[in-house]
Amino acid sequence: MKPFATLLDRLVLTPSRNGKLKLLADYFRDTPDPDRGYGLAALAGALDLKSIKPAMLRELVLERMDPILFQYSYDYVGDLAETISLVWDGGRKDMIDDDHQPRLGEVVTKMNSLGRLEVRSAVRDLLDRLDTSSRFAFLKLVTGALRIGVSARLAKQALSDMSGPGENRKDVTEIETLWHGLTPPYEPLFAWLEGRAEKPVLATPAIFHSVMLANPVEEGDLEKLDPADYAAEWKWDGIRVQMSSYGGTKKLYSRSGDDITGAFPDIVEAINFEGVIDGELLVGGTARSNNPTRTFSDLQQRLNRKTVTGRMLDDYPAFVRAYDLLFERARDIRAETFFERRKRLGDVIEHAPHDRFDLSQLVPFATWDELDRLRVAPPDPVIEGVMIKRKDSPYQAGRLKGPWFKWKRDPYNIDAVMLYAQRGHGKRSSYYSDFTFGVWAETPDGEELVPVGKAYFGFTDAELEVLDKFVRDNTTDRFGPVRAVRAEPDFGFVLEVAFEGINRSTRHKSGVAMRFPRIARLRQDKLPRDADRLSTLTAMVEAREA
Amino acid sequence: MKPEALLHPTPAGLFCPIGRFHVDPVRPVGRALITHGHSDHARAGHEKVLATRQTLDIMRLRYGEDFCGSEQAAAFGEEFDLDGVRVSFHPAGHVLGSAQIAIEKDGLRIVVSGDYKRGTDPTCAPFVPVACDVFITEATFGLPVFHHPDPKAEIGKLFTSLEQFPERSHLVGAYALGKAQRVIRLIRDCGYSDPIYIHGALAKLCDYYVGQGIDLGDIRPATIEKSDPEAFKGAVIVGPPSAFQERWARRFNEPLVAFASGWMMVRQRAKQGGVELPLVISDHCDWPELLATIEEIGPSEVWVTHGREEALVRWCELKAIPARPLHLVGYEDEGD
Repeated sequence: MKPFATLLDRLVLTPSRNGKLKLLADYFRDTPDPDRGYGLAALAGALDLKSIKPAMLRELVLERMDPILFQYSYDYVGDLAETISLVWDGGRKDMIDDDHQPRLGEVVTKMNSLGRLEVRSAVRDLLDRLDTSSRFAFLKLVTGALRIGVSARLAKQALSDMSGPGENRKDVTEIETLWHGLTPPYEPLFAWLEGRAEKPVLATPAIFHSVMLANPVEEGDLEKLDPADYAAEWKWDGIRVQMSSYGGTKKLYSRSGDDITGAFPDIVEAINFEGVIDGELLVGGTARSNNPTRTFSDLQQRLNRKTVTGRMLDDYPAFVRAYDLLFERARDIRAETFFERRKRLGDVIEHAPHDRFDLSQLVPFATWDELDRLRVAPPDPVIEGVMIKRKDSPYQAGRLKGPWFKWKRDPYNIDAVMLYAQRGHGKRSSYYSDFTFGVWAETPDGEELVPVGKAYFGFTDAELEVLDKFVRDNTTDRFGPVRAVRAEPDFGFVLEVAFEGINRSTRHKSGVAMRFPRIARLRQDKLPRDADRLSTLTAMVEAREA
Repeated sequence: MKPEALLHPTPAGLFCPIGRFHVDPVRPVGRALITHGHSDHARAGHEKVLATRQTLDIMRLRYGEDFCGSEQAAAFGEEFDLDGVRVSFHPAGHVLGSAQIAIEKDGLRIVVSGDYKRGTDPTCAPFVPVACDVFITEATFGLPVFHHPDPKAEIGKLFTSLEQFPERSHLVGAYALGKAQRVIRLIRDCGYSDPIYIHGALAKLCDYYVGQGIDLGDIRPATIEKSDPEAFKGAVIVGPPSAFQERWARRFNEPLVAFASGWMMVRQRAKQGGVELPLVISDHCDWPELLATIEEIGPSEVWVTHGREEALVRWCELKAIPARPLHLVGYEDEGD
């Protein structure tokens, strides 16, 4: 348990991605089986462990401690698991020897073997045998509240890192491909990563396969390419999904591999084919049903839910617009060309229920200029640009430069005024690098700047120096780590903010919420009085809704 | 005599009306007895100051030659008569020169512990329990959540991080008086002999410690002519935590911020402070040490000062030891 606890302690406080990867890879390399496998499962959200109610933990700690002293402690720490881990020894010194603590694998096996009446004494005994930091990790695991800012994807990247460098290095997409066919503690996976065994074999294709991603079109990218080698499709503003169906198992995964089957029974029940399809999850009607595709905010009504009501199914019917075919029945066709795969995909969709599935249409074009004109004025408001795919490209997981591009409608842009700044983390901890910005609005007190969003990237290091200096030289007030800066009609800092979309919001005072706002340019040439007004933003929302 | 007649709290700090002196006063007074050199206990501007030689030296280093009207040095165990009140100084184990002050009149003895700790610390004389009727204890870490681990194991975490991130400059936050020197000494005792770089704010005090026979090894100023992040790659730099958020910190390569403090026991504290590597190293007692000290001394009454007074008073109640909080203000806990 100790190595896992130490890892958690470090991960929580390590903001940088590379730092986390290093900590994770070292842990996987240095920790023996099966402990590291259970650690991996815990990080990837795949650990099945008997859960303990907080009420029982509270009872256990009060068996040995004055309730008032416990309350003082809990009030101070603010987190139940952490409080219990810290007060468990009471007035005694922590004398636990690192080498004699129960191991993670031992703890998992023990917990999962307990009968209902044995739980209380087993938990008490484990808490006695673990040191403070291991107790914390244990309590977080059994209360199911492990929040440490590590995604399953990051953990898999660390597995790839631990397997290399050199010839033995396994790519993260290979790991991703295997992932959903494996179970904790993943001993065959580690054996393969360490070059001690062959690659584990999958029992069924009905698992998640890493998706192929596109790069944004950048200045000069297309000039070098022959339009005849590429096909284009509309890029729909939904969420990317993968449908897997084989031998009666039907699954729907998000693009990161989260199983969202439970939330979309309307789609899953309609699957009448075997294989793996890549597509866009949308709400509304398919092209074949002659009903319009609805907006992302309508789709959001169906997202992040474990289950769904009949009412939701009626009001927000979901469907999948198919982009690609990875497996035709059990046969892996990812190595075939895009055109070949698309032909077979067309056959599958033709025979699938018309109200739940349709085929993403190709956009014919002869020149990049022509495609650009189509991109800027798409035929449907839910289109956010075009996808450009090389006709002969195989389906390769990850984001390779060359075979696929996404060419979005230009992002939204506004000029806003910097209002508050906060210091960043890690490398940026001595810089003010998180900025809250505002636009002008009519308020009961007259014309005022109201905050509309927050951005912390988009600028270069040199621009950050400029921003940071402005904050330090023009601070008007401090609230903990936050500084307010001068923002007057004739003095302040104007930022050009780019963002991907805009919605109404009841949570934000301004009534609007931007998607992915970033600082596109520093507009030192402008005065705050030249910045945009809130009405510009609300007009954008209305245009989007219309 | 009631203990309150011998010593009681006033807005200026603890006051002995018979001996006409204050202990660690927070505003200028005629006669001050000072337990140790941390700025919340030792302030400038008193008429007369009685303290250990080292505490007086430290006050002079921090406040300049005219930090008080006149000074008198107290050796550990030496007795003084102040208007009929007997006072003596005893080691507190907190920082170099730190003392408890015993105050005695007509067979009643009160011990003001100041800040103290029980763990080993080669940079100062260890705490000596002094029998007394009233024991005045601090309660900086007076909650059952505080259990300070073995400081050498904490330094082990720093070494592990240096191995894992050999390109990053490790900035170790430690308060200028006491903690910084103790951390440097601990790093040395754990076998590290490379140069350790220090922020300018530590220089005078480190020199003073070295002059007092505490070997800190090869310590160098963390200054460079021109900005060159390569210069401090993988180095250990010790400085006051406040400096890490200033422009000063930009000279270092991908700085990794560590902080040596008893507060690092609580994760949220570390997180809020932007600390990546918390090192739980404290110059105060943790909860078990506070309890053990009270039990060892066995006073008939306990007064609790700065910190989490209510929990320690509650524990005394449960143990049937008369106890009360003093609610002194002005002690900001500089030292941890």
